[in-house]
Amino acid sequence: MPTPKTYKTEAIVLKHIDLGEADRIITLYTPNLGKIRAVAKGVRRAKSRLGGHVEPLTNCSLMLSRGRNLEIVSQGQIIESFLSIRNDLQRTAQALYLIELTDAFTSERVENYPVYRLLIDSLHLLSRVPNVELLFRFFELQLLEHMGYRPQLYECLNCKVPLAPVENYFSASGGGVLCPNCAHTEPLVHPLSVDALKVMRLMQRGDYSVASRLRLNSGLSLELERAIKGYVRYLLERDVKSARFLDRLKKDAAEMGVA
Amino acid sequence: MIGLNTKYGSAAEPVARLIEEFHKLPGIGPKSAARLTYHLLRVPESGARSLAEAIIAVKEKIILCSVCQNLTDNDPCVICRDSNRDQSVVCVLEEPLDILAVERTGQFKGLYHVLHGVISPMEGIGPDDLRISELLARLNDDTVKEIILATNPNLEGEATAMYLQRLISPLGIRVTSLARGLPVGGDLEYADEVTLGRAIEGRREV
Ligand SMILES: [Zn+2]
Ligand SMILES: [Zn+2]
Repeated sequence: MPTPKTYKTEAIVLKHIDLGEADRIITLYTPNLGKIRAVAKGVRRAKSRLGGHVEPLTNCSLMLSRGRNLEIVSQGQIIESFLSIRNDLQRTAQALYLIELTDAFTSERVENYPVYRLLIDSLHLLSRVPNVELLFRFFELQLLEHMGYRPQLYECLNCKVPLAPVENYFSASGGGVLCPNCAHTEPLVHPLSVDALKVMRLMQRGDYSVASRLRLNSGLSLELERAIKGYVRYLLERDVKSARFLDRLKKDAAEMGVA
Repeated sequence: MIGLNTKYGSAAEPVARLIEEFHKLPGIGPKSAARLTYHLLRVPESGARSLAEAIIAVKEKIILCSVCQNLTDNDPCVICRDSNRDQSVVCVLEEPLDILAVERTGQFKGLYHVLHGVISPMEGIGPDDLRISELLARLNDDTVKEIILATNPNLEGEATAMYLQRLISPLGIRVTSLARGLPVGGDLEYADEVTLGRAIEGRREV
């Protein structure tokens, strides 16, 4: 069914860029239309009625009209502005990491409701979870799942034999795990412990309430980060820029002696 | 007047070239670019020459003030050299143009610091890309007692302000930010909840 000339949609504002004197192009992630871009007119003026409603990192309800290239925002209303994230620098940076990943993996006008759900649920969880790294790994694995990049975690990528509970090897280029005998078949592999494989399988099942009960020590946490982020970097063919600022905050905090 | 057909196709080469140069400027569309060009064709040569010289002069003579990082033709700039200004308060801004806006209010008598941008994690713009170390260098002696963070009230401006606050507060310097509230002329019913929430937080006795 073609979308009507004017329609209403919920959206998460991913980012914006300035256009002309006072306008912006905003990138939205919507439940039923996937990622779309729209022009928000006059939003850089202090008196704009729309401005605060279409800031990045807000969940809003919008009236859009179809334009020639881009949609035009005619009305906007905040549903949730994630104040507990915005008022905290660390949380803001973490939210931007999730947003950048969503933007990087998705294409315009491809509906993917699970991705919308994953992003909005994760943003809601972000200011409450004790272990953000766990949420990040869950988010990454689920995003990969919904985008069709589910890593193979049950049988060897090469010989197809079910993986034994021994140290196996994760391959970003192969998109999964290789058994010790086949580790040499991909150019770059990283050892993957039995525990790390178990955690990834559990997260792949997609139930955060179960995954959130995991307690990861720092070694296991780092192992998972290397494997999954390595796969993400391989697929995107670049680093996630927001991760750099997150690392910077960690480094600054360590230097200042703040936990 | 010379006819304008598609884009600047029918114009003589020097005319087309000037239209193209104007068109590269921010906020100038092809029509405005053509209008400016044909305006200049009508003014006396002295007028055109003085415009050209003014453009060259800003490129040749304007540098960044080594103290506040504002654009200036003299280092330090007129504001930093003005001993009548309050040396104990520094207002931190994103862009040089923001100084003009604050100066127009006539309310601020302290000094400024221009960051030349904001922290923008998704664009890969971090603290090292801004003039932050220059700001910290100004805080080494005891002259500055207060820093006013006046970045824009949006996600990136506020992230930048929070970042600076974390760096500066431990130095024992008072850090304040502009009152965030409702714009003059705005209707309460159209205010978003962030703005309205902050206006309530920042309320004061009447
Ligand atoms: Zn194998
Ligand atoms: Zn100066």
